[in-house]
This record gives sequence, structure tokens and C-alpha cells, in this order.
Amino acid sequence: MAKMIPVKERGKRTQRAMPEQAVKERIHNFNEVPLGYTKEDAVYEAQRCLQCDSSTCVEGCPAEVDIPQFIKKIVEEDFSGAYFEIMKTNSLPAVSGRVCPQEDQCYMTCVWNKAGKPIAIGRLERFVADWAREQNVHEELPEVETKDERVAIVGSGPAGLTCAADLAKMGYNVTIFEALQKPGGVLVYGIPEFRLPKAIVGYEVNEIKRLGVKIVTNFVVGLTKSVDELRKEFDAIFLANGAGAPRFMRIPGENLNDVYSANEFLTRCNLMKAYRFPEFDTPIKVGKKVAVIGAGNVAMDSARTALRLGAEEVHIVYRRTREEAPARKEELARAEEEGIVFDYLTLPVKVLGDERGNVTGIECIKMRLSKPDESGRRRPVPVEKTNFHMHVDMVIDAIGTVANPIVAKSATGVQTNERGYFVTDEKTCATARKGIYAGGDIVHGTATVISAIGDGKRAARSIHEYLTRKKKVSEPSS
Amino acid sequence: MYKIVRKEKWHDVIYSMWIKAPYIAQAAQPGQFVVLMIGEKGERIPLTIADYDQEEGWIQIVFQTIGKTTTKLAQMDEGDDIFSFVGPLGIPSKIEKYGTVVTVGGGTGIACIYPVTRALKEAGNRVIAIIGARTKDLIIMEDEMRKASTELLITTDDGSYVRKGFVTEVLDEVLQKEDNVKKIWVIGPAIMMKVACDVTKPYNVETIVSLNAIMVDGTGMCGSCRVKVGDDTKLTCVDGPEFNGHIVDWREFMNRLLRYDRLEKLSLEMYKEKQQEK
Repeated sequence: MAKMIPVKERGKRTQRAMPEQAVKERIHNFNEVPLGYTKEDAVYEAQRCLQCDSSTCVEGCPAEVDIPQFIKKIVEEDFSGAYFEIMKTNSLPAVSGRVCPQEDQCYMTCVWNKAGKPIAIGRLERFVADWAREQNVHEELPEVETKDERVAIVGSGPAGLTCAADLAKMGYNVTIFEALQKPGGVLVYGIPEFRLPKAIVGYEVNEIKRLGVKIVTNFVVGLTKSVDELRKEFDAIFLANGAGAPRFMRIPGENLNDVYSANEFLTRCNLMKAYRFPEFDTPIKVGKKVAVIGAGNVAMDSARTALRLGAEEVHIVYRRTREEAPARKEELARAEEEGIVFDYLTLPVKVLGDERGNVTGIECIKMRLSKPDESGRRRPVPVEKTNFHMHVDMVIDAIGTVANPIVAKSATGVQTNERGYFVTDEKTCATARKGIYAGGDIVHGTATVISAIGDGKRAARSIHEYLTRKKKVSEPSS
Repeated sequence: MYKIVRKEKWHDVIYSMWIKAPYIAQAAQPGQFVVLMIGEKGERIPLTIADYDQEEGWIQIVFQTIGKTTTKLAQMDEGDDIFSFVGPLGIPSKIEKYGTVVTVGGGTGIACIYPVTRALKEAGNRVIAIIGARTKDLIIMEDEMRKASTELLITTDDGSYVRKGFVTEVLDEVLQKEDNVKKIWVIGPAIMMKVACDVTKPYNVETIVSLNAIMVDGTGMCGSCRVKVGDDTKLTCVDGPEFNGHIVDWREFMNRLLRYDRLEKLSLEMYKEKQQEK
């Protein structure tokens, strides 16, 4: 059995790299890029942890995982124990171990970060979750008294799933309503297979179902039933319906046939499996030369997906520079490795097309950076007379999303801000209407999976407090 | 899973099905649609709701076999399950008491105009309904439409039934005769709706069309169904499917209907070949 190693030894080690698929191969398939730690890798990396009393890493974890504890179990090679430790607070470990931007979370608060080599907590979490799945190790369900109160959750993305799992563990009767045919939200329609295999999402969703959570698919809250109607049937509601509608640039030619929103492009590919057309019925355009507009994670996902579908050349067109790009640096680096061409300081002003609606190119203008704007990033301004044409046959808009109003329209008394997002109390996720809570991207706009998980946890706690309070009022003890 | 409780074949290429979907039947209103997937590997296609029954909990759909999905759907039987059935989607038709109104249905669009016609009459309007198809066999729901309207006019392109001519010609005649038509609804193939709008424009009567754009989710998430209406880009699924036809950018709309034309044909051909092998 492996053991703790002396502190001096820990200092000598550097972060253990994770093996991944070679670039030449991976750009031709949809298999996952990073291959995960082996047992030896995991133990080696875990042994670096100082197990410091301050445990600052935990402060950086919205999923509230007791990081030093699970790492300690890895050192002891008690992988089941490590898994149970994580599952106490995080019901989506294989997901968050893959897609959480740890560099902004636990890596940042790890004491080793100062030396530039934080513990690879995400890789360890991923290892533990994958090990448990492969070994068929399941969390032992806690004995809890079942409660009569029913909670409805709108949306089965990371916020909804987390809230459902936490409430089910407390004994509540939980039903999730999902508009699409499959649960998972952005985890199944948005994030590509090569970053987050759908079988893994399916597995963790099933584990949540084992807690007694019911998932009703094909049910569009706001249309199939209103939030007001649900409120009559349920004692509390958590609205976690996601960021919603695609944003377009609003430039001429944007409705040409081969201009996609990233939402459409990724949904066709990920949820509908268009990359396996015609085995799957949903078609998708395979462009020869593709321009992806924007430089966030969704843009990287779109560009790398287009490449894997068979595009000969894929460009990221972004009006600022690499430094301001909102994508994770890791994702940017992967896209660069895979040969995506980055056109920085470039703004499309027009999509060009032929009579039949086919895209023939985009007209762009060069930009330069001026003084910082309210977001703190330097504002891009056009440089006069620098317009030029770029020949492409497909364009993907990945410039963000706007709130989808369907759910909000059917929820009387729940306030939205001027952009259509729900207004909530940051600490409790409570909306202006009693018994209704909201979290995830429909509150913050496009954010991260891990912040959605954090909201799910906060909302579950608030709902529990609310229902406990309500019970005390309605059933005074004799 | 959503059970097919009844199936009728109305013509070689036209079928009607009644699908058990109590929640949707409970909420459905005229003008709305559903999105269905026949199997796990299927695509999501929108179909207008032809009728619904809250008590019995079913939704009626009418479709023509065009691509792989509709061809496969037609091969399903009573008792079979449809994998995914979502709705009711879109904004319902604005039903009010207007006075005299005209509803026009072409081809399977007759099934889509039926609930709108019925609701308009129930709201106290005098409803002149015009239905048409290429030939006699393709005229569907004649009895239902007669009951649902105040006056029913029928036409066929080839003259094999009642009269010869397009619905748009009949519409023109009606507008010449009637000088107090308050509003018109037209549902059918894109080109028919476009021509109908050209016909009604000089009369300056508001003309509502129901656009059958290509969709994925049908809930405003993907933007596949976007269409230019006036100066705005609208999403057919959540801002429609009904729009003022006089300001729809028809050329763009019809171009976008052909986005997957080649792949859709390929998919159908491969499916048919596979079936022949069997």
C-alpha cells in the first residue's frame, strides 16, 4: 500500500501530466482527448498534497468537495473511500472532473499554486469517478426519512441535477422536467463528446435517478405546463432552465443557409449525433472552410467539432486578442495544437452569399485595442479602410446567448432583469416569489458548469430551510 | 413513449395519426405544433396539431410522406410508440371576433388550417374557408372543414373535383366579391403562402401565414428556424409559427427550407434501398 511521502519529497515533484490522444489521430475522431490518469499517476499526484490544515483548496470549490480528504484516500489507495468522500457533496464528479475550469477554482487556492504547480485536483476527481464507474462501485444511500413535500426542478443540466440529488438525499420527493428527449442539458447538447463523453453523463444521471429522482423528459415548462400550474402541484420549485437562446451578430447575410448558431451546430452534433449521419437521421453541413465567430469555450468546441466533421480549414475570428479570449487557456491551446487558425483583431461585418443562400465568404474589418471598457478588457475599435474578404463556405456564430423567455413568461411574480435573466438572492437563490428559486445560466448568463453546480447546492439548502420552516408553521408541535 | 392510438391512411402519401399525449392535449390551442422523434436515432421534426381532445388525451397529426422520418412514421401502426413527442409549441393563433374572415388550406395544410377555422367560427366569425390540392384524392378533411366553416370552397389544380384552379385564384375571387374581409389565414406549401400574400396585398387585408421552418429543439434554443420578418429576424418556433405574410422575406425563407435538401434525399434513398434488401 502506498504511503504518504516526506514533505521534502513532495516539494521535488512536479504536476503529473495526463496522457492524451495524439493530435494527428484525435482530429479525425470524436473520442475523448485526455485519456485520464492511471492508478500510478493518481497516487503519485495525490502524494504531492501537503494535507495542509488551512485547506484553502476547498474555498475554491463551489461543489464543496472535501478535497484533502479524498486526496488522502487516494494516497491510501482507498479509491472507493475517495469516491464516497466526493459524492458526499458532488453528484457529478466525472463531469466536473472533466469540464470544471479548475485553474480558476481549486488550483488557484491550492497552496502549491504559488510555486506554479497546484495539485491536479480535477484530474484526481476524474480518476476517482472513472474508477468507481468501471469498478461498479456505488455510493451507499443514506438512510433518511422520506418527506412528503414535492419539489419540481425545471431543467436537467448541472444546476438542476445537483439540486435534485441534494434534495433527494434529504428525503424529498423530486421531479425534474426536461424539454429535450434526454436529460443533461448543456452536458448533452452543448459540450462535445471529445470533451465529455455522453455515456459518462448518462451514467451520472442514472446514479441520481437511483436516489429516487424522477426525470420527465419531453416536457417544456412554460408550454406543456406553466410554472404557475406547477406551483400548485409542488411545494417548491427550482428554475434551472439554462442560458437559452442564441445571440447573433445582426449583420447582413446572417440568415444565409450555412450560417449556424453554435447552439444549433453543437445540438445537431452532440444531442442528435449528426456526426454519425446517416446512421442517425439528423443532417449537418460539413463546411470545407469554416469561420467560427467568437473565442469562448463554445467557439473552441464549435471549431474543433467542425474540424472533426471533416472541414479542411477552420478559423476562429475574434475582435480582440488571445489575451482577452474568454475560453479556458487549456481549450485555446488544444484548438491551436489541432491547427485551428486564429484571426485576432478581426470583426466580421457582412456574410456574403449566392442566390441560393449558400455562403461564399465573410467581409471583415481589422480592429485595434483601445482603452479598457467596463468589463476591464481593452475595447476593440475598427481600423478604417481595412475591410477584406475571407473565403469560407460556412459560418458559426459563437458569440454568446440571450435568455429564453418561455419559462419566465409563465412564472407570475418571478422577476427578471432587463436582459431577461431571473433576479435572485445570491446567497439563497430565492426569487421574488415565495417557494420559487432559480440558478445556473438562467440567472448569470453563460457561466460554467461548476458555478451551476454551486447554485444547485445553494438552492437545495434554501428549499430545505423553506420547507422546514413552512412545516413548523403549519404543524405546531403539541 | 407516446402511443399511436389510431392511424388512418387517407391517400398513398397522406396519413393521419392520433397520439396519446395527455399533457399536450390539455394545453394545446389552434395554431400550435409538436416536435416529434420516431426513435432514438431519429431527427426532430415539427408537425402542426390538426386536432386534440383533452378528455381522451390525444393529439391528431396529419402528414405527407416526404423524407425518411415521415416515410418511417407512415410505416408505424396503431399500438406502436413514438420515442419523443413535445408540445404544444409556438404561439397560438389570435382568435377573436373579427367579423368576416377567410381561411385557406393547401394540401396537408388543410389539416393545419382546420383547428384555426373551427376556433374562428366558434368565436362568432363568418368564416369563408378555401381548401385545395393537386387532385381530388388529395383533398382531405372535407366534412370537418364544412362543419368548421360558414362557407367552404374547394378547388383542385387539375379540375378533378369541384373546380379547376389554385386556392390563390379562389382567394382572389372571394376578395373581389367580399369587401369586408377583416383577416386571412393561409397555411400550405411555402410557395402557395407566398403567392397568396401577393394576391391579398393589393386588398390591404392582414394575411397570417404559418411557417414550416426547419427546426431542431422547437423551443427557441437553436435558431435554425429563424426568418426575416420586416426588419427583424424572428424565430419561427417561439415568435411564430404565425406571422404577417406581407412582411416575410419569402426568398430567404424558401432558401432556408432547402438547407438539407441533398442530405435529406440521400437519407431517404438509403432507407428505401435498405428496405428493398429486406
